[in-house]
Amino acid sequence: MNRAWLLARRRILSSIPVLLIVVIGTFFLLEMASGDAVDAYLVTLGGDAGLAQSLRERYGLDQSALARLWLYAGSLARLDLGFSVAFNRPILDLILERLPNTLWLMGSAIAMAFTFGTLFGIVAGARPGSAADRALSIGSLALYAVPSFWLGLVLSLVFAVQLRWFPTAGIETIASGKTGFARALDIARHLVLPVSALGFIYLALFLRMMRAGMAEVWRQDFVLAARAKGLARRRIVLRHVARNALLPLVTMLGLQAATMLGGSVVIESVFAIPGFGRLAHEAVAARDAPLLMGIIVVSAVLVIVVNLLVDLAYAWLDPRVGSGEASS
Amino acid sequence: MRRFALRFLRSPEGMVGLVLLACLVAMALLAPFVFPRDPLSIVGRPLIAPFTDASLPLGTDRLGRDVLAGLMHGARASLLVGVFAALVAVAVGTVVGTVAGFAGGLIDEALMRVVDAFQVVPAFLLALAFVSVTGPSLPVIVFAVALGAWTGPARLARAEVLSIRERDYVAAARAIGMHPAEIAFKEVLPNALPPVLALVSVIVASAVLIEAALSFLNLGDPNIVTWGSMIAEGRNVLRTAPFLSIVPGFGLVLTVLGVYLFGEGLVEAMAHRRGRQ
Repeated sequence: MNRAWLLARRRILSSIPVLLIVVIGTFFLLEMASGDAVDAYLVTLGGDAGLAQSLRERYGLDQSALARLWLYAGSLARLDLGFSVAFNRPILDLILERLPNTLWLMGSAIAMAFTFGTLFGIVAGARPGSAADRALSIGSLALYAVPSFWLGLVLSLVFAVQLRWFPTAGIETIASGKTGFARALDIARHLVLPVSALGFIYLALFLRMMRAGMAEVWRQDFVLAARAKGLARRRIVLRHVARNALLPLVTMLGLQAATMLGGSVVIESVFAIPGFGRLAHEAVAARDAPLLMGIIVVSAVLVIVVNLLVDLAYAWLDPRVGSGEASS
Repeated sequence: MRRFALRFLRSPEGMVGLVLLACLVAMALLAPFVFPRDPLSIVGRPLIAPFTDASLPLGTDRLGRDVLAGLMHGARASLLVGVFAALVAVAVGTVVGTVAGFAGGLIDEALMRVVDAFQVVPAFLLALAFVSVTGPSLPVIVFAVALGAWTGPARLARAEVLSIRERDYVAAARAIGMHPAEIAFKEVLPNALPPVLALVSVIVASAVLIEAALSFLNLGDPNIVTWGSMIAEGRNVLRTAPFLSIVPGFGLVLTVLGVYLFGEGLVEAMAHRRGRQ
């Protein structure tokens, strides 16, 4: 436990400068935009120069860039992400309201991809070169090349429009009045297609990694020893080969967190899910720079947290990790 | 080199990839000759079904634009963005990685924190923000995609440089009084490059997908036709004319597949050569 704590503390401390760079970099990137949130506000709702002036003063937009960066960093330290002009609400509230939908979507997609990816990977890797291996390898490669948003459209065309098995859009039936288990079931039905569209590419990735890892482990001496001992093939595959090939997949889980968060932007737009990713698209459409800024900062924090959790899981699975670094 | 080419051609992955990519490049190059008109111009009645009109083999979209012309011209945008984004990403990444690995100390620490920062922000979100700030045009999209892709080459180049800089020929270059910058870029960088090049296929593939996703969200260059924008346009009539969204998607799948297979063939041929040395 002590080891895990040291690891966590070290990772949290080292992520502070990283987060600082993200904030400064994003701030100056969005600074390059022509026009600010007040311009966007006036375009949609109208107003004169006097109103623009007073709005800019109210939101601090009349000050210099450095002064505003300082103000922003200060309010960020107090967990205040500012105010969205487009939505007329505090940005943090907006993000916290949308985040659970995205976390459900991503969490389910990762769970689905990890489970089926390792399962099929074990089938393929159990006998490298077999017919099952070839079929799965070709299938996963094809799946790996499919753009998620297009897959989403095709899935919704087949399973929602033609077969009517699943709903086409949204996260739950609006104003259905469902509660408890019925509501959970309703949300699950809405999530099947988006989760598949988002997760299939990772399923293919995990399958390919698992298979490649197992092919590597098969060549090692301890597998030969297990065979020489006369262990059943099933036991060798599961206990010796698959087990040792599983560890790199855990690392991949953390590495893919950022890409998956990016992928949810498109998937949520395809399936009209009111989530965090769709909020990013809406922020761009409404030219709401502070909102976009908040979204990027929160997503960076999210990715850092996921990676920390993955590191802790890895240290728990592999006792060698982190034990030698306690002094540093 | 000839043996390398032969080995590449003998691997089934490399061969299939090469054929797919050759078809795409041919499509992209021939597009302006086969369809000299702007693919965004209206050529006929809207929503002509495919295979019904001999002069418009794949029919027309919702605005009466030739689908086949769009498909061929769309290959240009995908390939251009894929290739140039990968070039920029590898160039920037290798230089940053070489500087970090060769300089060491505080410079290394600072540069790697910047790499970390770029890695914790989702590449697609970064591209989205960049395009929304600077306005959608092809060069901007190339740069936006490269922005999220240079960190991989940077990390790999740094790791290579760390091992190369301890070698004897680098010490020899120091001994004859070469400037450190000259050693870094003339002696070390060229030798750190080959492993980085193995990343190129992955970068090209993800660049093609990011460009498609951006134009699907209407953030692509509005003056050229891209597969992503064709899919988005077809989405409006998904129930009545699903063909319009499905066909350009196959273009994307085959492009990405071709790039992956080509890359895998190259890596395999390279692995053979290394094994022999």
